[in-house]
Amino acid sequence: MPSLERGEAASAPAFPPDVAASQPAALGALSVAAERSQGAPACLHCGLPCEAPEAAPPPAGGSEGPFCCHGCRVVYSMLHQHDLTAYYRYRDPRPAPPAATTGRGYAELDDPGFLSESSRALEGGHRSMDLLLEGVHCAACVWLVEKLPEVVPGVTRARLDYPRRRLTVDWRPDAVSPSTFGAALDRLGYPPHPHCAGKREELLAREERDLLLRMGVAGACAGNVMLFGLALYSGAFSGMAESHSSYFRGASALIALPAVLWSARPLYRKALAAVRARAPHLDIPVSLGIGLATLSGVVNVVRGRGDVYFDSVTALIFLLLGGRYLQLRQQRNAEERAGVARALTPKSARVVDDSGHVRVVAASSVAVGALVEVLPGDTFPVDGHLREGRSRVDAAWLTGEPEPVAVAPGDPVLAGTVNVSGRVRVQATRSGSQTRAAQLLEEVERAALRRAPIARLADRVAGWFLVAVVAGALLAFAVWLPAGLDRAVETAVSLLIVTCPCALGLATPLALSAALAQAARAGWLIKGGELVEALARPALIVFDKTGTLTSGRSRVVRWVGDPELKAAVVALERDATHPTGRALARDLTPQPHLEARDVQTRPGLGVQGLVGGQRVGVGSVAMLGEQAPGWARREAARIEAEGLSPVLVAVDGEVRALAAVGDALRPRAARTLQRLAAAGHRLAVLSGDRQAVVDHVVASLSGEGAEPLFVSALGGQSPEDKLAWVEAARGRGPVFMVGDGVNDAAALAAATVGIAVHGGAQASISAAGVFASREGIAPVFELLAGARAALRVIRLNFTFSLLYNAVAVALTLTGRISPLLAAVLMPISSLTVILHSYQRRMFDPAPPASELRS
Amino acid sequence: MSVLFLALPTALLLAAAFVAAFLWAARDGQLDDLETPALRVLHEEGDVDPTAADRSVSPASEPRR
Repeated sequence: MPSLERGEAASAPAFPPDVAASQPAALGALSVAAERSQGAPACLHCGLPCEAPEAAPPPAGGSEGPFCCHGCRVVYSMLHQHDLTAYYRYRDPRPAPPAATTGRGYAELDDPGFLSESSRALEGGHRSMDLLLEGVHCAACVWLVEKLPEVVPGVTRARLDYPRRRLTVDWRPDAVSPSTFGAALDRLGYPPHPHCAGKREELLAREERDLLLRMGVAGACAGNVMLFGLALYSGAFSGMAESHSSYFRGASALIALPAVLWSARPLYRKALAAVRARAPHLDIPVSLGIGLATLSGVVNVVRGRGDVYFDSVTALIFLLLGGRYLQLRQQRNAEERAGVARALTPKSARVVDDSGHVRVVAASSVAVGALVEVLPGDTFPVDGHLREGRSRVDAAWLTGEPEPVAVAPGDPVLAGTVNVSGRVRVQATRSGSQTRAAQLLEEVERAALRRAPIARLADRVAGWFLVAVVAGALLAFAVWLPAGLDRAVETAVSLLIVTCPCALGLATPLALSAALAQAARAGWLIKGGELVEALARPALIVFDKTGTLTSGRSRVVRWVGDPELKAAVVALERDATHPTGRALARDLTPQPHLEARDVQTRPGLGVQGLVGGQRVGVGSVAMLGEQAPGWARREAARIEAEGLSPVLVAVDGEVRALAAVGDALRPRAARTLQRLAAAGHRLAVLSGDRQAVVDHVVASLSGEGAEPLFVSALGGQSPEDKLAWVEAARGRGPVFMVGDGVNDAAALAAATVGIAVHGGAQASISAAGVFASREGIAPVFELLAGARAALRVIRLNFTFSLLYNAVAVALTLTGRISPLLAAVLMPISSLTVILHSYQRRMFDPAPPASELRS
Repeated sequence: MSVLFLALPTALLLAAAFVAAFLWAARDGQLDDLETPALRVLHEEGDVDPTAADRSVSPASEPRR
């Protein structure tokens, strides 16, 4: 009953394809899908339910399955081939994400220029290089990855740095080439990316180690001074020989010196810089307190009377450095894990010389006018014009255009875009730093430099704190002046010492290091603590469309007409290479298996053949338009108006069904956006795609709500347009940019916080401050909610520590403070802050397995 | 003369030796990755012949969930 089906389907918005494909009109189909997955068999490799079991025949010696995807099948057979099935016993019993195998060749790892740049020579002619791995998720992965020498002969050693997902491989160049073990890692489910340590990463690594050294020394000093302090305090109660007491005081002063003079130096440096910039900073009162306490302590040791605070000072230095060390470590983990290969264009190009021979040269050295050969699946190394061959080019990340575009001789192609289908030859017009992609990257760097720093809550608090403490010291001096000048100075000094903000200094770094660690577990890599604070505030959130609001690849959005025909379509498209055909074959399963005979592909139009004795055609309006009755033409026009491609299905010369194929909205996108709007954010869309498509997406996201969901929705935006728009908007308030492509990268770098979603281009990942290792935009809401929770923790930490300071001030003003009391109060307040920071759940941990593929 | 005057410097010397050991270890990079060794140690008994492994725990015969 085509007409009935059609009526229902037309009212359905662009829907998650896996649901929409089989349940065309059911808005409540989500629950149906959930029920169905209950009964689905579990994938042999990853343990997730197989809703559409992978259909390809098993490789030689492989298992029948079931497998949820091709990647899982490859990894499973790889593990069995190499006797590595112990992996299944070691790993985390929860279902893992499906294997990320790509099947690529990794020839770029063999490039001599690349090797000399990013690998090191070892003794005995061995070489070593660092690779960043995708897909590492549990302890068993460590075991499996480090078995690489057993899988690939010639690899001598493989060591994984789990928190950074970084693998160090040593190999014998005479026995194995890097592309071989690169491909082996890929088949094990861990696609490798070359790791080129950027300057920033090196700097962070050095800073982290430096902080660790200083913290260790401060800790040793603090511990030993504490021992003397204990003796002195008990001596003060039970009596102690004068010689011993001055000996102990002198010794503790001596031991405290390395901590004060060396360990605490980064604190002084920050304080000095802040004073020079006339900006409030928490390190100013901290440095003041440390300096005064040390000075008065040394004076009192020499004088032989008065209080010494060395135990509190050293403990303070140790705790503050510890907090900073923890925060820096989390930040560096996030930064390194997000630092997937910085190389955007391939480093080598296949140049065809006059005699027709192919030479491999560095991409940057290709001369203008040279003929370059590009194989299917490879990335174009230069900008140029197509000379020979036909293909389709995937430029999604450069232009925002979701579908691969067909190119023929004479058409321009850009470096960094992917050659999808055929072997082609390109005449170079620009190479190296002159290419469009390279210039966009330069724009990214410039935009990042123009970004203003984020105002931190701690600095605002520090300003007030400094004023309050100085006022308190003056008050103490005035109150105690009648008791003598000596006494008044002593009280003012001890007030400055006991209010030295230890817990206050710990409040932010500890909360942030806990937040960053939790966020990383929840799939968000946040590259800086201050970004968490920025994310907690309401802002204008700008979304890219392709790959962000939509999934960025072709899917069957809906089916109109006789559902029986799906099986025939799957039979015809089973071996399709065109993205539309692949989408049909993938999204219309599971269907009863039919065989197609006499299959003819008509390039650019469709495919036809005999299925079950009937002549079936699947194709575009151009191929089957004349065979379509009126309702089918109207439906096709409607699908086109939505920015999707209509696919007609004709049986024996009459169109009986249609499929709408295109880049569909991500599941739950509308709900996420509504929640974001409800949380006080304003939303906007900037897309490189056509305005009509953007309008349709906005309309289907907004639903029937009276208020428009977006303050602005613009199509046809070039990367420069996006950058200019974001920079202009930033003048009016904080802007978060959510995107995935290189066309978003400059805008990501310019935004207050740039958020790169999973699967995005490498340039966008390194430009953005936050990177999702989970797919979809539903987690964006969790990210912002987590940031708000983190800011609440910081605020409460401030409250706790200011409370402690208030108590200390009151005790000092009334003359009841003593070094012992300070030594007890300070750790208690710091402990409160530590416990509070690490106890609170800010970011929800990883989602249930059923969401892993959403 | 109290024994303290001798015992203290000795104790501090010992402490200094440990600090020196720490500084060496940290500079050597041994403290750069504190998580992986903890995961690695779980498996180092590892190299069991998988054909001898109990079939009932192999995933092929018992889909996990």
